[in-house]
Amino acid sequence: MARIVILGAGIAGHTAARHLNKLVGGKHEIIVVSPNAKWNWIPSNIWVGVGQMKEEEVTFDLAEVYKKTQVKFRQARALSINPEGDAQSALPFVSVESTLPGKVGVQENIPYDYLINATGPKLNFGATEGLGPDHGHTVSVCTASHAIEANKKLQATIEAMRRGSNRTIVIGTGHGMCTCQGAAFEYIYNVDHALREAGVRDKARIVWLSNEYELGDFGMGGVHIKRGGYITNGKTFAESLMVERGIEWITRAHVKKVEAGKIHYETIDGSFHELEFDFSMLIPPFAGVGLKAYDKAGEDITAKVFAPNGFMKVDADYTARPYAEWGAKDWPKTYQTPAYRNVFAVGIAFAPPHMISKPMQSPNGTPINPTAPRTGMPSAAMAMAVAQSISDMLNGAQQPTHSASMAEMGAACVASTGAGFFKGTAATMTVFPVVPDFEKYPEYGRDIKLTSGEIGLAGHWMKYLLHHAFIYQAKMKPGWSLIPD
Amino acid sequence: MSSKTVNKEPYQQAYYPPAPTGLTRFMRTCLIWQVVRFVVINLKILKLMAKSHH
Repeated sequence: MARIVILGAGIAGHTAARHLNKLVGGKHEIIVVSPNAKWNWIPSNIWVGVGQMKEEEVTFDLAEVYKKTQVKFRQARALSINPEGDAQSALPFVSVESTLPGKVGVQENIPYDYLINATGPKLNFGATEGLGPDHGHTVSVCTASHAIEANKKLQATIEAMRRGSNRTIVIGTGHGMCTCQGAAFEYIYNVDHALREAGVRDKARIVWLSNEYELGDFGMGGVHIKRGGYITNGKTFAESLMVERGIEWITRAHVKKVEAGKIHYETIDGSFHELEFDFSMLIPPFAGVGLKAYDKAGEDITAKVFAPNGFMKVDADYTARPYAEWGAKDWPKTYQTPAYRNVFAVGIAFAPPHMISKPMQSPNGTPINPTAPRTGMPSAAMAMAVAQSISDMLNGAQQPTHSASMAEMGAACVASTGAGFFKGTAATMTVFPVVPDFEKYPEYGRDIKLTSGEIGLAGHWMKYLLHHAFIYQAKMKPGWSLIPD
Repeated sequence: MSSKTVNKEPYQQAYYPPAPTGLTRFMRTCLIWQVVRFVVINLKILKLMAKSHH
């Protein structure tokens, strides 16, 4: 019996666990290690952040779900990996530290035959002074608890407007190297919607502040879609939606510092600006969770296993090249680490070979460009591919048998622009492939037939349906595997 | 008696992007049309997913 250890129980880690349980559960041991007791359907945190949903509607206890399966759950934080074992044992192992109440801080080594690193991101609020809900002046919707706090502050802001005060609301990215603009994009429209419902929209100045070169970049270098007899860049539609809702925008911005009520930012032309605010939700940049790696002799091999940003190196081509020479082939297919055939990294935990958007910097040398997104759909696809590969390798395959390159897969993103069964709307975007492939699609890098965008009530229904379908699937209720990942 | 005309300020950020017409806005929440779009979006996503798994 082999042991498969999965670090992380977010979308990627939990997807891998579900599929491994189905494929090899009972025959082999599966252990999920996560510092969080609860699973969180992050895309719906937006609705928690405007008071449309409660925390219980977007989270559930992992231990309860795994109890019904062959998966063992350890509530613990991964600290380091010994992929060659150590002086005492040749078995590779991962060192973890418990976060379970009553056992907090207790460390143990868990040996493994296969390891899947799905640790997700460290929300790197510390990269910008004054950013974030814990030690800063802005709120976040990156976790359910952050979203609850965001809603409390939003409701206080709405109350102040009801009493007649004017308020400035700033939503976007809190650093020049952020990704996940989509979450902020959804949040700004849901805040706008909430303000309209409360009858105070005229009291608010709403500003989008982002590191994108142009609106609609989303870390994918923007998309082209067919609309109204033209093939048009998504920027046109993103700007149109902002104007329609009376939202201003500032792009090409790196937030340098946040003080109480004031954001300091630099723009790509090298100039420095200040923006006063009353309520602000800014997404932090992401980094790896800080896992260390040691070889058999106990030497630190973190730099060999991980990229400088803390994400794990996999089967990508990390050769540094100028933007014009980037290619679809650079992107990983199997997510197997080059040095250790039994170690994989999926979701946000793997190191992308480079960005998707073109790298840009200000004359002061400040990089201002979105980093590559790894949203739910690609994360689930790569986790599923790795689970299938490991299952086949346990049956004798020498190499991973399944691939899920972001340059060969599409993604669908449904961005809520206001909830409500009859009045709600959402922007539904599909893109294929996520990473442009200019060899296959010379004009726009993507398949125009599968790359699309539209706004409407149908998108809201989709978002609502996805919320319930994916939570049902994640709870591994009867027939869960029939729901596509 | 002359009425004062207030020109809308041109060349601002909001001056350039296309604005949806009344029909476009109506269609966004028109139940029958959105049921059709719901089916189309689902089919499109299924096709995209089918092409994505290797």
